[in-house]
This record gives sequence, C-alpha cells and structure tokens, in this order.
Amino acid sequence: MEGARRTSIRGSLLMARLVLSSPTGFAGAVIVAGLLILSLIGPVLAPYDPYKQDMSERLMPPSWEHPFGTDQLGRDILSRVLYGCRISLSIALLVVAISATIGLLLGLVSGYFGGLVDEALMRVTDLFFAFPRLILAMAVAAALGPSIINTMLAIATVSWPVYARLVRACVLQVRNETYIEAARAIGAGHVRILFRHVLPMVVHVVLVQATLDLGSVILLAAGLSFIGLGAPPPTPEWGLMVSEGRLYIRSQWWVSTFPGLAIMISALGFNMLGDALRDAFDVRLGR
Amino acid sequence: MSSPLLEVRDLIVHFYTREGVVKALDGVMLSVGRGEIVSLVGETGSGKTVTALSIMRLLDHNARIVRGEVLFEGRNLLQLSEEEMRRIRGREISMIFQEPKSALNPVLTVGFQLREALEAHGEEGEAALEKVLSMLRRVGLPDPERLVNRYPHELSGGMAQRVMIAMALLMRPKLLIADEPTSALDVTVQAQILELIQSLVREMNTSVLFITHDLGVAAEISDRIAVMYAGVVVEQGNVYDVFEEPLHPYTRGLLAAIPRPGRELMAIEGEVPSLLNPPSGCRFHPRCPAVMEVCKRVKPRLVEVEPGRLVACHLYGGE
Repeated sequence: MEGARRTSIRGSLLMARLVLSSPTGFAGAVIVAGLLILSLIGPVLAPYDPYKQDMSERLMPPSWEHPFGTDQLGRDILSRVLYGCRISLSIALLVVAISATIGLLLGLVSGYFGGLVDEALMRVTDLFFAFPRLILAMAVAAALGPSIINTMLAIATVSWPVYARLVRACVLQVRNETYIEAARAIGAGHVRILFRHVLPMVVHVVLVQATLDLGSVILLAAGLSFIGLGAPPPTPEWGLMVSEGRLYIRSQWWVSTFPGLAIMISALGFNMLGDALRDAFDVRLGR
Repeated sequence: MSSPLLEVRDLIVHFYTREGVVKALDGVMLSVGRGEIVSLVGETGSGKTVTALSIMRLLDHNARIVRGEVLFEGRNLLQLSEEEMRRIRGREISMIFQEPKSALNPVLTVGFQLREALEAHGEEGEAALEKVLSMLRRVGLPDPERLVNRYPHELSGGMAQRVMIAMALLMRPKLLIADEPTSALDVTVQAQILELIQSLVREMNTSVLFITHDLGVAAEISDRIAVMYAGVVVEQGNVYDVFEEPLHPYTRGLLAAIPRPGRELMAIEGEVPSLLNPPSGCRFHPRCPAVMEVCKRVKPRLVEVEPGRLVACHLYGGE
C-alpha cells in the first residue's frame, strides 16, 4: 500500500529527528556513524600493514610516522586499531543479529501461545540469567576453543535470553488487545497474526535493546579476547591488543591505551544511541 | 420450523482462575434462525460475551468447554479442528466488538486490515481491493479510496465501527455476532449504526446474534430475544411477547428496572451472584420474589410454554 509506505518513511524520519535532537543521541549517532565508516574504509586509511612486524621499530612512542606508536613486535598500532574496528563491529553486528532474531522468535512464540511451551522456555532463560553473562560466555568459548567464529557463537549463546524475555513480556500485553481477537475473528491464522499484528508492536523494543547490546557485545568480545578465549594472535582485535600491551603498561602506555580507548568509545557510542532511541520510542508511544 | 442456523445446546463453560473455578456458563440454550436477528440481553457478567466467544471458539486458555454443542448448520463447531474453525471465522461467522477503535490494529492502515479479512480466505489482488472499496461505500463511508490509507486513530468511533462492520460482512457470512457494538458510541451514532446493521443484514440475509445490556436497543433491532442471568438463558421468545408479557421473574424485574417517566423505578433486590460459588438450584432463587422450596434444590430446565416461547422457571412447570 503506497500510503502506508509513505507514512512509515515519514515515521522513520521523525524518529531520526527525535534521536538527533538530544545531545547524547547526536553524539551516539556520530560515533556509530564514524565506526561504521571506519570499518568500511579503515583498511584503506591504515598507513601500514597491521601484521607487518619490524623488530627495529618495536615499542616506539606515538610520533608523526606512527601516530599511535608501535607495539612489542613493531606493528603500527593505528593500523591495527583501524583494522580492529571492522572485526569488533562485525562481531557485534552478527552476534546481535543472531541473538536478537532467535530471542525475538522464541519470545513471540512463548508469549503468544503461552502454556507449556512458555513455561519450558522461560525456565531455560532463567537458567541463563542465573549466571553472569561473561562467565557463561567464557565457559562456552573455552569449550569451543579460541577463534573469532567461536567467540561469536559463545556470545550469541548467552545473549538471546534477554531478547526472548523482553519480547515475551511485550507480547503478553499485545496478546490481550481486542485487535488480536478481532483478527482471529476474521479468520486470520496464528502465523499471520504473529507476524503482521504482534511483531510490529514489539519490534521497537528489540531495536532499542539491540542497539544497547551492541556496546556490551563489543565489551564482551574484547573481554574474551583479553583473557585469551577470543580471537587468537596475531588478529588485530582490540581486546587482544590491550591484553598484549598490559606487560608494558607502565613504560609504554600507548600499546594498551589506544585499543582500550577504541573499545570505550564504541561501547559508549552504542549506549548513547540506544538510550536516545529508547527515549524517542517512549515519546511516540506516549508512555 | 426448519432447523435453525445456529443452535447452542446445554453449553457449560468453566474458567480456571487463581481464586477457583468460575462456572461462567451453566447450560446455555440458544437458537438463531436464518435471516433472524436475536438479541442476547443480560447484565454485565451474565455470560453474554463468553457465549459469543464460545461459538467463535475464541475463549482464553484458562477456559474449558465442559459440555455442550454449538451446532452451526448442523455441524458441531466444538468438534472441528483449529484449521477448520479458522476457515469458518470471518467467512461463515464473523464478529464485531464493543470498542471499535481498539478492535483495529493501531499500526496498520484501515485498507490493510480490511484486505486481510479477504486474504485470510485466499482472496487477494485488485479484485480484493475493489471488494473492499465497494463494501466501504455500502457501510456509508465517504471517499473509500482515501480511507483505506488512513490509520485507525484518524477515525471517529462511528467511522471505526462502520469499518468493522464492513470487515465483518466482506465475506458475506451467514451469521454476524455483534458484541455490544453500539455501547461505546454516542446515542445519535448508535441509532445510525443500528439502522446500518439492520439494513445490511436484511439485504445479505445474514443472521445476527446481537449482544447488549440495553433493552431499548434489543427491542429496536431484534426479532427474538434471549435473556441471560448468571450463565443461564432464562427466557427466550419473540421480542413483542417478551416485552408485553415477561414470564421469568428476572425478566420482569429487568423490564421494571427501565426508567420511565411517571413510574417508580423498581430495582431487583440483592446482587448478581459470584460464579465462583453460584447458588444451588435456580441461580436466580436468592433474589427471586416468587421463590419456592423447589427452586433452591432443582435447576429448572428451559421448557417451551408456547410455540417459540421458552422459559426456565419452576413457576411454569419446568422440573
């Protein structure tokens, strides 16, 4: 339907305006946009090969030649941070996409059908909530062995329950609305009702949670790499870089500091954007 | 008399709640003939809506249909599979609701939702849109081409109810269940909607089960009337007969409770009983002015005292 599409575009523009009008939202959006651009063109901007070692240049402080300095193997830290952007962002986006989709589907089914399915699913999520996310992710990552794919699997495994719970709670509210009953009364089937009537009412919650989650997934992935359960060396992964630099932190502060800053800024950016998104949706829903 | 379109026989429905088992329907008997408008009247909580939802098989998870039959064209709807039932909803039996605005999904356009009523039964494309537009014209909505792109919040209550009526009648169902369709509307709009329903169903030869607590509305619209009390149909008959000469003490009380100028308002003594723990025998006996000993022990059956005139009361020989 033409009009519907036009209105939804208008709605999205309105949302964007609302997000950008708050200072945190604006800052978050700028950071996230910057990260996205860097992860696309970072390798082009990088002055050196991130894997190229040069023992004569090792542990050089920041200079014009090496703006972020070099690490213990003489690799250019700026180049490694730029390459790392793509790795961290891909991990975060993929993990969040996978866990949000799984959580969304399970939450929809659980909340809509209720009964035994719901009971079983919610007990499983309880199990996940009983442990800190990092501890569980560590266990899964340790079992799978260190690689980027396994890091993603580990984090996705422990991330979906949040979405499932959140979506289920929303669905429980929507399920009792008269328009769901009305849709059933015209002969609409469960699948049609779930995807056309219920899904649009919960999708914004998932969107906000996903944005906030991107930040924490970046942190988690970096954390796993830091303790050696994530990306294996010589991957230019931020967490791994911080870890490698920690031996030199007293004298050669730049080795750990720059990738650390990158982690902090990206986590902060996603959190600020997520907060602003949540506020914007709240305004629109009049809550 | 040929077999009626819809016949509800001895329907018993219980709700399982935290407080206990709510015995919401206790042997409901009801029939709707072809092309007939039957009103189901009664107080809030008497089980009118539960009856409607049982017919549609749209009761919540915590409800159990303990016993009974819902015969629609001779088929027992309670024994159909969920998919068979889905095909009946909207096509053979459709329903309109009390709050028209909350019966429309706020994030979907009017047109989308109307077309969905057709899509659910396999009708799509240009022809479906044409059908939607012509139906909107028939329910008296101006400029349907623009209306289909609107969202529910842009409609007034009356317009929304017209949209709901259009949606319900798109597939030309044989039975329309209208659950208090005018209770949330202004009086002037109410009259228009009643008239619209009446003329459309006559045209399409659709039967109506019209649920209302408003006796005036029931008198206005229906051919026959069924009175419910605490989960039981206590009286059923031609609308003139019931209003002229109510048989059941509850119906008499109900009619006396309609305010009229120059007459003292009569209230029925006591309160609607809790259905968690309903009275024994006749559920009306604690409030009945003509209560007898037998009423406390034995539940009266719905008996035909005259052709088409049924009452469930020991005063009339029901045992």
